[in-house]
Amino acid sequence: MPMDEKLRDELRKQGIFVTSLAELYNWGRKNSIWPLQFGLACCAIEMIAASMARFDIARFGAEVFRPSPRQADLMIVAGTVTKKMAPQVVRLYNQMPEPKYVIAMGACAISGGPFKQGYNVLKGIDRYIPVDVHIPGCPPRPEALLHALITLQEKIAAQSLRGTAQAPALNPDVPSEYPVPRHGPNDLEPPCNPEVWRPPLIQRDA
Amino acid sequence: MPMENLEQLTQRLTAAIPGARLTLLPNPSPAQQPSLLVDCEHAVAVARFLRDDPACRFDYASNVTGVDWLDKTVKEKTRVTRMVDGVERIFEETREHIEPGHLEVVYHLYSMELRHGPLVLRQRTANRGPGARVASLTPVWRSCEFQEREVYDLFGVIFDGHPDLRRILMWDGFEGHPMRRDYVEPDDYEYEPTPHDQVLEKARRHYPPAASQEQEGKS
Repeated sequence: MPMDEKLRDELRKQGIFVTSLAELYNWGRKNSIWPLQFGLACCAIEMIAASMARFDIARFGAEVFRPSPRQADLMIVAGTVTKKMAPQVVRLYNQMPEPKYVIAMGACAISGGPFKQGYNVLKGIDRYIPVDVHIPGCPPRPEALLHALITLQEKIAAQSLRGTAQAPALNPDVPSEYPVPRHGPNDLEPPCNPEVWRPPLIQRDA
Repeated sequence: MPMENLEQLTQRLTAAIPGARLTLLPNPSPAQQPSLLVDCEHAVAVARFLRDDPACRFDYASNVTGVDWLDKTVKEKTRVTRMVDGVERIFEETREHIEPGHLEVVYHLYSMELRHGPLVLRQRTANRGPGARVASLTPVWRSCEFQEREVYDLFGVIFDGHPDLRRILMWDGFEGHPMRRDYVEPDDYEYEPTPHDQVLEKARRHYPPAASQEQEGKS
């Protein structure tokens, strides 16, 4: 049962700290999101800028860029995902332990961006892995990445241990790994994972 | 130290390497940078000379790239005199013939030691089909290795003598060579809110005008 906010504030003033397990759990998760240290294109430069002193992603507990997917919580897909690189990105995602989150940073990562109609660029990483936050921009400014991180933290804070708002990591039915696409003669096979992404329905006249 | 004249260099090269067919290609554009066309059989010998000759010392191949020249239809007008009803008349005849296309590999060479360059070296393939072969200059300049692989990947030029000729940008098993001018990319167009130029043409093909207007109204 949720506690009365006023009562809790009153208790805090008296030096009694009351919280719920879900709140404590979320507080721990959202303030230590360690990103995976990898970049794909120019957006990565903005990601690096966000981690340096001027923008200082450490203020949000996400400064520990991990060089191994086994130690990372967050995958920042920063840059153009080429068709050649996409299977490796999905594999890295599969190797990350739960709970894990994905931020698609920049126009290329969310849709292919200026290279969308090219022969060698994936039209958005959300075709193969579930994306929590999309950041538009070409490239997005470091503030936009910080905003995405805050958005992700709010998303985590809204999750609960059970019920409809249950964190996906706690639900055994939600897969934590997704099939790695293979290289075909011209495109990836399959071109998208229908469990994660369905093409938008565009009405056409007959 | 300025580089020696390209004509002089060509003369020295033909003297040093018997049988080498060298052509000086002038460049009428503002760049005014002529280049040296070398035949594939003697390309490695010419490259060795350019690297080792004390007056050249081109020790650095900074850039390797490819050019695709498609088949060209050439129209020629000739004047022919013919007897018509006992009177000589001059006729203009236009003849068409197809100049076969080829692929070209361009090398930009510099000398770090003598601080001069660039020297533009070209090789041409016999045709654009199975004869698309040139000599690899990787044995002379190691820096050519990846760039020749790139030319092989995107243009489909086969480099004889390359130690490790594989695709580098596209994956193994990819079909076609995307930088060729007749490359047809797979038709995987997807809806885009603001198509323009070539993409707009594709959009019109996939979404006929009436339907696309209706979509604009909806969105």
